[in-house]
Amino acid sequence: MPLFTSSPSKPTLERLPSGIPGLDHLTGGGLPKGRVAMICGTSGSGKTVFASQFLASGIEQYDHGGVFIAFEETPIDIRKNMTSFGWDIEQWEKDEKWRFVDAGLRPQEEEFLIDGEFNLEALRTRIAHAVEQTKAERVAVDSLAAVFTRFREPGMVRRELFLIVEMLRDLGVTAVLTTELIQASGDTTRFEVEEYVADTVVILRNRMDHIRRRRTLEIMKLRGGSHQSGQHAMSITERGISAVSIGSYALDQPSTKQRIPSGNETLDEMCGGGFYQDSVTIISGATGTGKTLTAMQFLAGGGANGEKCLLISYEESRAQLIRNANAWGIDLEAMEKNGQLLIECAFPESISLEQHLDKIRLYLEEFQPDRIVVDSITAMERVTELEYYQEFVLSLTSLIKQRQVAGLYTSTTDHLSNVSSVTEKNISTLSDAIILLRYVESEGQIARSITVLKMRGSFHDKTIRRFEITKEGLQIGEAFLRQSGVLGGLRL
Amino acid sequence: MNQGPYVLKLYVTNITPRIQTAIDSLKQLCQENLDGQYELQVIDIRENPQLAEDERILATPTLVKELPPPLRRVIGDLSDQEKVLLGLDIISGV
Repeated sequence: MPLFTSSPSKPTLERLPSGIPGLDHLTGGGLPKGRVAMICGTSGSGKTVFASQFLASGIEQYDHGGVFIAFEETPIDIRKNMTSFGWDIEQWEKDEKWRFVDAGLRPQEEEFLIDGEFNLEALRTRIAHAVEQTKAERVAVDSLAAVFTRFREPGMVRRELFLIVEMLRDLGVTAVLTTELIQASGDTTRFEVEEYVADTVVILRNRMDHIRRRRTLEIMKLRGGSHQSGQHAMSITERGISAVSIGSYALDQPSTKQRIPSGNETLDEMCGGGFYQDSVTIISGATGTGKTLTAMQFLAGGGANGEKCLLISYEESRAQLIRNANAWGIDLEAMEKNGQLLIECAFPESISLEQHLDKIRLYLEEFQPDRIVVDSITAMERVTELEYYQEFVLSLTSLIKQRQVAGLYTSTTDHLSNVSSVTEKNISTLSDAIILLRYVESEGQIARSITVLKMRGSFHDKTIRRFEITKEGLQIGEAFLRQSGVLGGLRL
Repeated sequence: MNQGPYVLKLYVTNITPRIQTAIDSLKQLCQENLDGQYELQVIDIRENPQLAEDERILATPTLVKELPPPLRRVIGDLSDQEKVLLGLDIISGV
């Protein structure tokens, strides 16, 4: 788990919000305005995307003009590659919002260097010219490694770099410069320039973890303010880079006393009147205990209440979900037709955790549900290490709480009767309510039990109640009054 | 050797004594090696930033041989005549 400082203190340098999701929180408000940030990474770590996105966000969100100095990739390639993120660079160029300074050497061109009797003043002049003409507030330079390679004299290039940075400061622009990392686990760039030049250093990594590549973003240095240290999960989706961090939304959301129906009246009573609008409830139970049914009833309850619901299923297909729900008298298709339900099914293995998270965030933003069901949250556990799973659950919970979306996660326990499993311990503290579904031994038979183990902020029924699954769904009955050891007692 | 008139463009920022020396040396080089069949333009990119942009010049001084093809660039100490000739592809490897 990444370490982070407490909420970043008030920065002494004015900040420019980057517009890159998550980054501004990690930096305590954005990049230092009018200064230079170095973006270091190995090849394939996303540096060029970062540089482009810095300018694209500036144009889209803040109407800041941008100049992109291309040493490595050609403007033609960059225009083409960035359309996949929805950035119409060509149009921005026509609108005089984006300007390229084409600083590359074409493969067929030959350049002959005689000694070090030259400088890069021409480059500086071109940059200044481009900035002045577009009145740009942002500049991206990609990449410095290409300059060192091309001009072969590190001493001269470093001096020139210094002059370029000085000039950018004089022009008042905020700049990002990309450069190469020697190796993914290190933090020294190939040409060791960052200390002299940059006020901010961001490291992008793309490492093999488990069976999948894992992208991280680290803020190694940030002058004039505190920042969140450590490596943070990062993803590149069809909208660009996103570094939504755990701390982004946690613990500063307002709380509400508003209750919502769980979808089952008896369960509502057991919870003291229903769930809270901004709560996350875990339904825990072994396979077959009725978790998905409870989740479906939660959806139906939302539907009947005029709410919109998002169902994320990592276990079953759409067809299976609809069929099973129908068997309990719940018509998911009708809800979908009404625009009240969005179903998303995916194998946990299909994409990275960050990408799963990003997808959910997209649905939350665009569909704007009032409720979300994740069936099951524990399915994620099998595709990654424990700490990343915890991070995933934390991030997801933060995301939904910030939006005051009522969440319900189903959680599969390992054992058929134990009160909690190893992984549940790790996520149970996150939730506001926990409902246990257990098989119990009762009078020579296996019966089903339901109990509200925890319900933050409310009175709740402490009894363990018998229930049945019928055509009408969950039918909660009497408490197991005369027996004890019901929850822990089943031996199969 | 000679394939028609040479068009050479020298991109500079400001004409310092050193640059002037280089220009003089280049003129001499052209007289001697190109049979007078040349055109040498000196372009100060501070006054013509757009030309620097069009030619994608980064370093100064840069000498560009536009004609005859192929296009060649030479950067650095332009008073080193041998290296300049080599870089412009006027003579082959020494």
